[in-house]
Amino acid sequence: MISLRRIKADLTIFGRGYLRSRVGLFFSLIFPVILILMFGAIFSGNGSGPIPVYIQNNDGASQVSTGFISALNATNTMQITLVVSSENFSQYLNSHSATSGIVIPSGFGESFAAGNPVNVTIYGNPTSSTNGIVAGVTSAVVNEFNLQRVHGTPVIGVKQQSLVSKSYKYIDYLVPGLIGFSVLTSPMFALVNISSQYKRDKVFKQLSLTPLTKTEWLLSKITWYVALTIISFLLMTAIGIGLLGAHIALSLEILPFLLLGPFLFVSLGMLVGTVSKSVESAAVVGNLVTFPMMFLSGTFFPVSTMPAYLQTIAHVLPLFYVIDGLNNVMLYGNFGAALVDVGVLVVLSVIVFALAVRFFKWRED
Amino acid sequence: MSAIEVDSLRKAYGSLNAVDSISFAVNKGEVFSLLGPNGAGKTTTIEILEGLRERDAGDVKVLGFDPWKSGNQLHEKIGVIPQGFKFVDYATPKEAIRYYATLFGVKADADAILREVILEDSANVYFSRLSGGQKQKVGLALALVNDPELFFLDEPTTGLDPQARRAVWEVIRNLKSEGRSVLLTTHYLEEAEELADRVAIMNKGKIITSGTPAEIIERYGSGEKVMVRQRESLEDVFVKLIGREGSGADAGISGARSP
Repeated sequence: MISLRRIKADLTIFGRGYLRSRVGLFFSLIFPVILILMFGAIFSGNGSGPIPVYIQNNDGASQVSTGFISALNATNTMQITLVVSSENFSQYLNSHSATSGIVIPSGFGESFAAGNPVNVTIYGNPTSSTNGIVAGVTSAVVNEFNLQRVHGTPVIGVKQQSLVSKSYKYIDYLVPGLIGFSVLTSPMFALVNISSQYKRDKVFKQLSLTPLTKTEWLLSKITWYVALTIISFLLMTAIGIGLLGAHIALSLEILPFLLLGPFLFVSLGMLVGTVSKSVESAAVVGNLVTFPMMFLSGTFFPVSTMPAYLQTIAHVLPLFYVIDGLNNVMLYGNFGAALVDVGVLVVLSVIVFALAVRFFKWRED
Repeated sequence: MSAIEVDSLRKAYGSLNAVDSISFAVNKGEVFSLLGPNGAGKTTTIEILEGLRERDAGDVKVLGFDPWKSGNQLHEKIGVIPQGFKFVDYATPKEAIRYYATLFGVKADADAILREVILEDSANVYFSRLSGGQKQKVGLALALVNDPELFFLDEPTTGLDPQARRAVWEVIRNLKSEGRSVLLTTHYLEEAEELADRVAIMNKGKIITSGTPAEIIERYGSGEKVMVRQRESLEDVFVKLIGREGSGADAGISGARSP
């Protein structure tokens, strides 16, 4: 029978050792905080703000050209810097590391009035997404001017309706993603290491001579990592919401993921460590299992932004269901989908836990 | 009644016969030593008796139990120190004893146990900072927690300096004086001679001879090589000069004491 007294004794000695060594504490609590601050800073604001665009107006101060520039400005997609006509425009763009520019030719206003064809030139790398936006917005403004010239009235307009009730920023995805990251990495690396080392040092054999059972030993580790995960979760959401302005919802539905995640990855780490022949091979196998999950499960970027074949791979990675579930609860409020994630995690956890207990050798035959 | 009875015990790893049909018995209250070079099959034998390994063939009774089938009941009554004892790095000997006491569900006087294994000065030092001999003594201390009738000591002094060895010997003598039985494996001849009531010499999985040390020397000694030790040995003098616990190792350790 499972004894809570023995689990508590094992939890005490393990937890105290964990806190004293400080290495584990760094990787489970401090490291994810560094990551969230770093990634939060790198991607904050950028991308959603106006695109810097340099405009050289060679048409003097004609009404048409200044009107054209203010029409571009009114789209709110460009942050416009005017370049004087005397500058060599491409050299100027180069020396300012600029990616987008527009040149209005001389005689622009006269040609417009006379109805002679005239071109504005868009500079930029055609493959970059910001250049596409600049070209699209410019064409739209050009069309508008063309219509005005023939006194046409637009018949078909475009109205934009956002699919989601609010738009998400990178940081909104980053918080659940990095919670998933720490749910995965700290138990996995620790358990792979501990289980292979204890095997080598015969600590398990020693423990098998006491009434402690291997299930109790494993449950004590799971309890510890659930506690660590909850602390890590509180830290990450506090920083995400308080410091980085993430819009995420906190609700009780998050809890199943904070319990099932560590349960699954403690068991998986144990399984990897216990089937490996040596501490070194355990580390290699552990990394092979951990690294794809670390990057492809939606930790650092949403899975939906990845190519289709990588999305398929993501769906077989256990961590995907932790992060997908957290996204469903914290971002979309889609509890039905989250329940599916919980279901997948329960099944996976039970299987991996049973395998870990089965292959984990207390004694030898 | 015997503490341990072994009859025609066999264990093979693939084609290697690690233990090749050995038989012996350990009486209650005696120190019995399995003596032999590395690879003789001592550890395999002792692990089978502890219930850590399954045997291929033969009858084994330890305190009346079949160690593989009734391991849990047996483990309440035996104390074990494996070869090269290791424990959680960041736990002190005192915490380790309390941990074991809780696991066994017994009340243990940690200070008394630490005194018994001569480790009271390092009661609050992290395991990782203890010297090799002190680590081994933590193993001895943990083996004492459940107040066992029978001890298994697998090469308890291998790799230890002379002072630490003497200290471990003293603990083993204490165990015997308290009426407990001890099965000791070693490859040090003088250790067996010093401690064991009876000895079995193992080689390549077989017991080649057994008896009291004196009987074995009489049987196999050349006569002229048997001499009565009248003076103290160099080891005796060395231990006397440096002290029982040793100044070198312990001074370093007490400096690294945990808060």
